[in-house]
Amino acid sequence: MSASEGNKNTNTEPWGGFDDNIIQGTGSAVIDMENMDDTSGSSFEDMGEMHQRMKEEEEVAEEAAATEEDGAGEDGEFLGMKGIKGQLGRQVADEVWRAGKRQASKAFNLYANIDILRPYFDVEPIQVRNRLIESLIPVRMINFPQKVAGELYGPMMLVFTLVAILLHGMKTSGTVIREGTLMGTAIGTCFGYWLGVSAFIYFLAYLCNAQITMLQMLSLLGYGLFSHCVVLFVTYNVHFHSLFYLLWLLFGGLSTLRMVAVLISRTVGQTPRLILCGSVAALHMLFLLYLHFAYHKIVEGILDTLEGPNVLPIQRVARDLPQLITVMNATMKGLAAGAIYTQ
Amino acid sequence: MAEVDEANKPLFAGLSDVSISDDIPVEGDISVPLASHSADDEFSTLDEPVKDTILRDLKAVGNKFVHVMYPKKSSALLRDWDLWGPLLLCVTLALLLQGGSSDSKGDEGPQFAEVFVIIWFGSVIITLNSKLLGGTISFFQSLCVLGYCILPLCVAMLVCRLVLLLVSATTVSFIIRLLIVTASFGWSTFASTAFLADSQPPNRKALVVYPVFLFYFVIGWMILTFSPSS
Repeated sequence: MSASEGNKNTNTEPWGGFDDNIIQGTGSAVIDMENMDDTSGSSFEDMGEMHQRMKEEEEVAEEAAATEEDGAGEDGEFLGMKGIKGQLGRQVADEVWRAGKRQASKAFNLYANIDILRPYFDVEPIQVRNRLIESLIPVRMINFPQKVAGELYGPMMLVFTLVAILLHGMKTSGTVIREGTLMGTAIGTCFGYWLGVSAFIYFLAYLCNAQITMLQMLSLLGYGLFSHCVVLFVTYNVHFHSLFYLLWLLFGGLSTLRMVAVLISRTVGQTPRLILCGSVAALHMLFLLYLHFAYHKIVEGILDTLEGPNVLPIQRVARDLPQLITVMNATMKGLAAGAIYTQ
Repeated sequence: MAEVDEANKPLFAGLSDVSISDDIPVEGDISVPLASHSADDEFSTLDEPVKDTILRDLKAVGNKFVHVMYPKKSSALLRDWDLWGPLLLCVTLALLLQGGSSDSKGDEGPQFAEVFVIIWFGSVIITLNSKLLGGTISFFQSLCVLGYCILPLCVAMLVCRLVLLLVSATTVSFIIRLLIVTASFGWSTFASTAFLADSQPPNRKALVVYPVFLFYFVIGWMILTFSPSS
């Protein structure tokens, strides 16, 4: 606090007498107040902090002195405002700089931090195969919590496979959209479903007091996508509606049952179970239905409305157009004739 | 070197007293190999014409192409990786795939961009996946291998365009293209596996190969479904 005395601050109080300073309008008053807020008593003993603060104050005092020199004859309050602005600007700049540095170092260390994710990818091929098969086998055991492996390799690969299958389906079904949009839409849909629905169900599970973690939810739903991959891969190539319904009920139903069984075994009470499992089952089955039937049509429809000309209004205009044109033509002819006649 | 040391002595007098302490044999040993080495390096990079440099780099790229086309267990592709070859192949493939038939008007850009994005984004994902599974390969080595292994698919694309030009019957041309693309797809996958598999834990090869398979499958499928707009 002694540094502030070097300025115009004549107050001898250790906490810097902010009332006086506000009247005087120097920049150091602002800093004093802030320090009063930051340090609540005990940390005054911390010498390092103290030293740093003193340095800061010196800087601010210099700034304030410079400002005073610039506008020597001006109003005191104005100078105070300037001091506050400078201080705020500096703090904001500091904060931005620190955040930017943190981001940059995070991005730079991403490669090193890849070890953090490694446990989730720690699987053997045979484990993945078993889990893929298990994802289609519902286990009827609801008294004891069923095990869910927290692993992300299988789900990630299944999502990428689903992206590839969707691309294939959209192209063979003759979806007319631009390529980038096709790719982006497929990726967005698959990852959106996986992450979004997992988060949603996790939220519901939290509300319903179910014993499941986000990682387990991601893994469960990710492996549930195996049925989607199988069904869509078959039905995008073999176009029978009855076959699709059969596979939809069989594979989709099996994987949904498996997820439902796991969730039931980890939830207590009838109503929470009903809510959780109802939403999971509905979302999972409807998503498959949606991907098969409506997906490319919806995409086309959206693109039509976005890019193509609006069809309905044009038709209506077109019907009215002849009359309008004849009326206008007659008017114009009349005018022209009139003009010629007057000449 | 000796002169330089002499000149520096007044500046770092105290330092030399502390660390070296007038031990002359050590000084001599250090200075001699360094001098000869740096002379070699300067000769090889700075004094030669630009043409030689470019030709040497192109030769290196071509040499790697040969390695891909005839994949034997070799670490040449891994040891001195570069990204020029992948860039070249990627641009070639994207240009060849451009101008496909689609109904919208301004579809040239997205086609090019799509190929570009699929290749680089896909390679990065495969690389990250292999790193996550515990592979010992470095990031750019993996990118280099995956990029170079697109070569068979590029060749397939060229042949497919020729087939599309020459053969008019749709079914016949499709069957020919299917065969070509399948063969080159298998080739690409096999070649990249041959280079990448050694760096993986032996029991997890299947897990690493699957995304590679998917990656080349998507590219191969894009090549197969390509039909030029008339």
